[in-house]
Amino acid sequence: MLELIVISTLNGILFGMLLFLMASGLTVIFSMLGVLNFAHASFYMLGAFFGFQISRWFGFWPALLTAPLLAGAIGVAVERFGLRPVHRNGHVAELLFTFGLAFVIEEIVQIIWGKSPVDFRIPSSLDFPAFTIFSTNYPAYKMFMLLVSVAIFAGLLIVLKKTRIGLIVQAALTHPHMVAHLGHNVGRIFMLVFGVGTALAAVAGVIAGPALVTQSNMAGLLGPILFVVVVVGGLGSLPGAFVASLLIGLIQTFAVSMNGSLSGAFGPLSPAYATTWLADIWSVTIAQIAPIVPYVLLVLVLIFRPMGLLGTRDT
Amino acid sequence: MNQIATSAAPPLPTATEKLKFYGMWVTAAIVLVLLPHVLGSGGSLTTFSLIGISIIFSLSYNILLGQTGLLSFGHAVYYGLGGFLVIHAINIIGANKLPIPLPVIPLIGGLTGLFFAALLGWVSTQRSGTAFAMISLGVAELIASSALILRSFFGGEAGVSANRTRLFKLFGLGFGPQIQIYYLVAAWTLIAVIAMYALTRTPLGRMCNAVRDNPERVQFVGYNPHVVRYLAFCFAGFFAGIAGALAAINFEIANSAYLGAAQSGTVLFAAYIGGIGFFIGPIVGAIFVTILSLGLSDLTQVWQLYFGLIFIAVVLFAPGGITGLLMMHRPLVKAGTLQQVLPSYLEALMPTLAMLAGLVLAVETIVHYTVNPGDDSHIKAFGVSFDAASPYIWAMSAVLLVGGFLVARKSWGRVGEAWDKAGAVPREEDITA
Repeated sequence: MLELIVISTLNGILFGMLLFLMASGLTVIFSMLGVLNFAHASFYMLGAFFGFQISRWFGFWPALLTAPLLAGAIGVAVERFGLRPVHRNGHVAELLFTFGLAFVIEEIVQIIWGKSPVDFRIPSSLDFPAFTIFSTNYPAYKMFMLLVSVAIFAGLLIVLKKTRIGLIVQAALTHPHMVAHLGHNVGRIFMLVFGVGTALAAVAGVIAGPALVTQSNMAGLLGPILFVVVVVGGLGSLPGAFVASLLIGLIQTFAVSMNGSLSGAFGPLSPAYATTWLADIWSVTIAQIAPIVPYVLLVLVLIFRPMGLLGTRDT
Repeated sequence: MNQIATSAAPPLPTATEKLKFYGMWVTAAIVLVLLPHVLGSGGSLTTFSLIGISIIFSLSYNILLGQTGLLSFGHAVYYGLGGFLVIHAINIIGANKLPIPLPVIPLIGGLTGLFFAALLGWVSTQRSGTAFAMISLGVAELIASSALILRSFFGGEAGVSANRTRLFKLFGLGFGPQIQIYYLVAAWTLIAVIAMYALTRTPLGRMCNAVRDNPERVQFVGYNPHVVRYLAFCFAGFFAGIAGALAAINFEIANSAYLGAAQSGTVLFAAYIGGIGFFIGPIVGAIFVTILSLGLSDLTQVWQLYFGLIFIAVVLFAPGGITGLLMMHRPLVKAGTLQQVLPSYLEALMPTLAMLAGLVLAVETIVHYTVNPGDDSHIKAFGVSFDAASPYIWAMSAVLLVGGFLVARKSWGRVGEAWDKAGAVPREEDITA
């Protein structure tokens, strides 16, 4: 039991930090540009596939560096040539543009790399157990993932709190119009923020690619959870996104490792009901409902705190 | 001041206006009746049925997006649940030999959609804008994932099927042949379209528009925007349920794809490409998208990519959709200056088509090398055969793409100039659309 708790906590924090790598970019982009980037998870997928291709040609370490840069460059281009012209048609048009973009990116990835998972392996220098805890070998690569995401988190914190550009971004989180009035080159800041945000998502993709499955549907699987994170945390709130990322990471990881069901707790259903739909609910395990847990959380948060956990801004 | 007074109480319609209005619906009904006699092959009947279903679904979606300003990413939930309930209803009615004929069955789907929209809508419509979009996505994922867990009701991956011909036969109609299904779909489409048009004319429909444009002011007037959004959501769910029911009757099966994100995305594409600013927009979009998805899949392997690109192009260059583009020309037609812009259109069309041809050529060549690299390099796309391995083709696609883009950019600038000139006339004469 203790073993399960320790391992699940580690995995949960790891998944939560990965989510936050993406949610942070999404939140900052939303706060500054006012547009929720529907294609954010697609940049995570692009990061994974670029990482796979580059690591095949030059090895994993160059991939870790160049794949996010590439994805970030694409992000910059998307902002400059796609979002900026659409901006005058309103936020719905912007959201729809990113929706279409997500659709097209998935199609392009399918055309280039196919629909089946690609063979993106953990680099051999990290392919060993880091430590053994209660007879379970914890892989070093997962520790590396945790390290990278924590390092980026710390780096982001320093940039946001200590640098001039961070100051502007922070100001734009709460008073986007004021920042523009103060005479900053808002266009260039937008482009930069969009580029950095998408590059962060791509970093998450490169480091998660070998550990999870690198496949053309990975954006579609992760995207909705990412949006749950930003809505549960409160749209436009960075601390909220952090709390929600860890919360959802932990809840989902714990749910996956639990095997309890109603029939396990209260005994089997009487045979009279065995063929009805009640039997499904009765016998489903917590592990099986793990995929829907974030959405249940979303609905609950919306009922009791419509602004999100730490949100203050109405859209 | 004058303007406000006239808009508050519009003049009663004259006899010719009334005739025009009712004549339009009668014409639509006659066209629907005659359509199978003109184009009566089995394949086209199926296509017409699909278009009818898609029209109801897109229009129900536009109650949300176009009229109330609610961007939903999960509208297929109500479509799918309507479909599932109808399949189960057909099975139960058939097994118990209840005297309920097939033509009223879509009502069951509609009520199902209404029930679930009423259930899930109250929470969803608390917020509008981006938050609503994300919530609708989350709720849709919740339902779609639950559908895979509740296997005995939703039938897992395979879905549930039914036999529509085993129902109570009214006037000897068995609904086996596709022609009878076509007339069923056509009748329901006409009823639903009229009902949804009538809805836009009610005070509720007007309040929906007000909530879309200025929710704060709606509150000042004394309405609760949340309640108005909720009511619109319920109506949209009802009509989506009818569309889902007709789809389930048409295919005699309902599976989890009915509820999924792809279905929600398709209806969004259809409504937006058609144009969400006009009532007729989603109808145009539904026809366009259904024919496109059926036709393109025969012509090329990667039709979904083109589909997505068309959508992005509409968002970027024609936010009013197809109908918006056409309606833009109404003041010009009225002022008689349309012929001033037409030559510039022709001039811009040539390089644009060249650019698109270059793009298609490049995409198809790339697809050949990545999707089926081992095959013969003589490929066929859009009915045209060419050799993907030939450097001439590569050069040609590059020249068409780059050259077409450069010339097109210039010539579209000229279209803008011609527009400025032609548009000045109706503005001066104070003609609006």
